Amino acid sequence: MSADLQAQGVEFNYPDGRRALDGVDLDIAAGERVAILGPNGSGKTTFALHLNGILEPAAGSITIAGMPVIEENYPEIRRMVGLVFQDANDQLFMTTVREDVAFGPMNMGLEGDELDRRVDEALRVVAGTEFADRPPHHLSGGEKRRAALATVLSMDPSILVFDEPTSGLDPAGRRELITTLASLPMTQLIITHDLSLALELCDRSVIMNRGRVVADASTREILSDAELLAQNRLELPRVIGSEG
Amino acid sequence: MGSGHGHALYVHEHSFIHRMAPQAKLLAAIGMVASVAITPREALWAFGIYAVAVAGLFVASRVRLRYLFVRLLAVAPFVLFAFFIPFIASGEKVELGPFNVSVEGLWGAWNILIKATLGASVSILLTSTTEIPDIFRGLAALRIPALFISIATFMIRYLELIIDELGRMRIAMTSRGYDPRWIAQARPIATSAGAMFVRSYERGERVHSAMLSRGFTGEMPIFKQTEPTPAQWAVVSMFVATFVAIATTALVVT
Repeated sequence: MSADLQAQGVEFNYPDGRRALDGVDLDIAAGERVAILGPNGSGKTTFALHLNGILEPAAGSITIAGMPVIEENYPEIRRMVGLVFQDANDQLFMTTVREDVAFGPMNMGLEGDELDRRVDEALRVVAGTEFADRPPHHLSGGEKRRAALATVLSMDPSILVFDEPTSGLDPAGRRELITTLASLPMTQLIITHDLSLALELCDRSVIMNRGRVVADASTREILSDAELLAQNRLELPRVIGSEG
Repeated sequence: MGSGHGHALYVHEHSFIHRMAPQAKLLAAIGMVASVAITPREALWAFGIYAVAVAGLFVASRVRLRYLFVRLLAVAPFVLFAFFIPFIASGEKVELGPFNVSVEGLWGAWNILIKATLGASVSILLTSTTEIPDIFRGLAALRIPALFISIATFMIRYLELIIDELGRMRIAMTSRGYDPRWIAQARPIATSAGAMFVRSYERGERVHSAMLSRGFTGEMPIFKQTEPTPAQWAVVSMFVATFVAIATTALVVT
């Protein structure tokens, strides 16, 4: 299952009054996989926290599968939108991975066989069955990231939002994660500085800067615009043999 | 670390005590510690029986006695304190070798020493045969309010992270030539404690966001627990009843 997402004129101010989002407009179709690029402090994470109502916009609106993101819809919205946080330690707060993966479905009222089925399936998708009963602080970085993904997959989401999914992973861990993301049918928003990941996984990319969407085009088009990339503090990886 | 097991205190073994449902073990531990605590210090015979019973449980648990002794060092500060009481306390004095010590103080020291050692031994037995998640499930089964359990769960979960962070901060300070020797140099330590507080607070906020994102509404979900078997209840009841009986007898006799 995948769902579409519309954001219109989303504005948000930090508690100290600084403007974090300055009218974000974004339209994402069901099943699309879109990279959200942009410099640090451009509002990417703040925007992600609006998608399931953790932060509420000062102005503007967001709808998920036609449903406005407002308080009365939060339970359903939070089931549909799975947020994978940048620091997996923030996402894994129970004493074992299995309990963490069960946390979401249990909040939805699932129990018994259906709960077990959901948890086992989510762990299988991320190849995490073997570390299911370990405490989170005994996992490697890559395992933690996969476990964090399992904690939202168990809620059967329609949209997945990743915040820097590959930061801090070794190349093999990064590759495993990319393979997993490529296999998932849900709509995906991937906040990243990893441009080669964007190119590999996402047909479309969006650049955010100073709380606005400043570019929205095919990933190939965006990555070949050197001036646009430089303006937004982005840089393509250099490949051996292409220097100079 | 390295093993698949939850925490440093757990000792992987296969014994009936390891297999016992956590709530039964918790009740037994609470009952035993409470009995020890209320036993009058003069009832030496009672403490003898307690010690034999606890030692028997350790043997049955197959946890090596070395573990027990190493972990018992945790009570050392209390024991050290107890050691001084006979010298400080007033009242009737008695000659003990070259020292002139207080009788009341000797009893006080004995009281602390034996009760701390027995109480700690029971706790060590509990934690070395029960994994942390199971202890929490046991507490939940005993109807301990979910809020307390959540607080304890989060503390265990994040303590290691906070210790790691402190370690990194210390390395960062040492790398820049900080080598405190005098109290006047303590300022950066105070600053880092403040920084730790802010970081932990911010982490708390992020964890809360992650919980809300997965539908948390203020009540932690309750995980299913294994129910103690009748045989386990029988063993626990027998032990607790024996301890309570000894404590009661000791109270009446002395």
